[in-house]
Amino acid sequence: MKKSEVPQDKSNLESASFKELCYAVDENGEYTTAQSTGWTPKTIALDNAIEDINERVEEAKKRVINNQTSPIEYYMELHKMDLGILASYVGLWKWRVKCHFKPKIFKRLSQKTLQKYANVFEISIAQLKNIEHAN
Amino acid sequence: MQIEFTHHQSAHCENGVVSNLMKHNGFDVSEPMVFGIGSGLLFCYIPFLMVNHAPAITYRAMPGFIFKRFAKRVGIKIKREKFKNPKDAKARLDENLNNNNPVGLQVGVYNLVYFPDEYRFHFNAHNLVVYGKEGDHYLISDPVMEDVTTLTDKQLEKVRFAKGAFAPKGHIYYPTDFPKELALEKAIVKGIKQTCREMLAPVPIVGVKGMRTIAKLIRKWPKKKGTKIANHYLGQIVRMQEEIGTGGGGFRYIFAAFLQESSKILNNEKLSELSKEMTQIGDLWRDFALDASRIYKNRAAKSDGYDSVASQLETIADKEEAFFKALKKAI
Repeated sequence: MKKSEVPQDKSNLESASFKELCYAVDENGEYTTAQSTGWTPKTIALDNAIEDINERVEEAKKRVINNQTSPIEYYMELHKMDLGILASYVGLWKWRVKCHFKPKIFKRLSQKTLQKYANVFEISIAQLKNIEHAN
Repeated sequence: MQIEFTHHQSAHCENGVVSNLMKHNGFDVSEPMVFGIGSGLLFCYIPFLMVNHAPAITYRAMPGFIFKRFAKRVGIKIKREKFKNPKDAKARLDENLNNNNPVGLQVGVYNLVYFPDEYRFHFNAHNLVVYGKEGDHYLISDPVMEDVTTLTDKQLEKVRFAKGAFAPKGHIYYPTDFPKELALEKAIVKGIKQTCREMLAPVPIVGVKGMRTIAKLIRKWPKKKGTKIANHYLGQIVRMQEEIGTGGGGFRYIFAAFLQESSKILNNEKLSELSKEMTQIGDLWRDFALDASRIYKNRAAKSDGYDSVASQLETIADKEEAFFKALKKAI
């Protein structure tokens, strides 16, 4: 890549006035560095990943409303987590967290366990129990 | 308190931290040098592991390996520690800052407040330097950022104790002992040899063979997984290739810069030629990402472009195979 070809596309970096550094070749064929504001193929990939997460959040929300899953799954998706990540944050086995996705079991959870989840998601227990309280 | 520390922006975090710490200690070592000597370049497909609900592929060595190999090869000693208790981790950090010693930390990205929101995923192998503390704020030199920044006690503890794959566990590291002069020549040769060995490894998930495996998978995805998931997977391949600061070449440009610098140090003209070749291969990776993005641009749209990007990847694999064989001979 020549220095003049270092991509300067619009991207999500802009909002944070953030530029990344790239290695590229100058006119004499010597390697040098140049700042880049972003590159469209990467921006699309990132946007898609975010859209994908948003869809997963919406999907989880619907399932909570239909009483098919507990709010824990909704908050997990909202925080871009998967089962393994959530389990390690609350310090429980994956299968136990999965159990807590069941609305029936969720209702029986102790305050202590609920507080664990609430701490991870940085919300109150009331918010954890009712996703309408979340924004 | 604040330590005299000069922040240099770098393309990639781990190389950047090492290069900045070396410069702080009076050794002018560039980022590509660290990357090359530490054998940072790689291609590896990790079967069964899913990251962001897609197959995991990496274009570089495991977190921590680059520094470890670099240190061993140039003859510096590093001290690294992990902690169970955040309090101990903080105490050790403060102790070092009081001794005027800037340190490297491994952190999770998700709670890194100064990152753009879109970049904050659960990725735990980011690196930064802490070079002081003012009141409640730690002074942070994050190598991928243009300027230095700060984090509060709380914020820093959170990223140091992020959970999930590669959890940092408060990982702290810093060089403790330096030789009078760095033995760069030998280190470069060792670094290159290992990279060649890994890229040509007779294992179907590593190096050029790994690329061919992925190419095969790409051909299968649309039929096996449906268009939407296939597009998502393809997007993920590009995202991994495009970790912050690789300029589209999946670390190939940094490696080419390393070869160019090495050719001067070793007085080896061949390496300079190979650097040019690696730049061209980097351009091919860019083209691959560009064409792949045309497919996944529309997430649900059907596309017949899969075969063509798979062939592109196979072409790159062939070129890299020839390249690393030539590189092996050149040193």
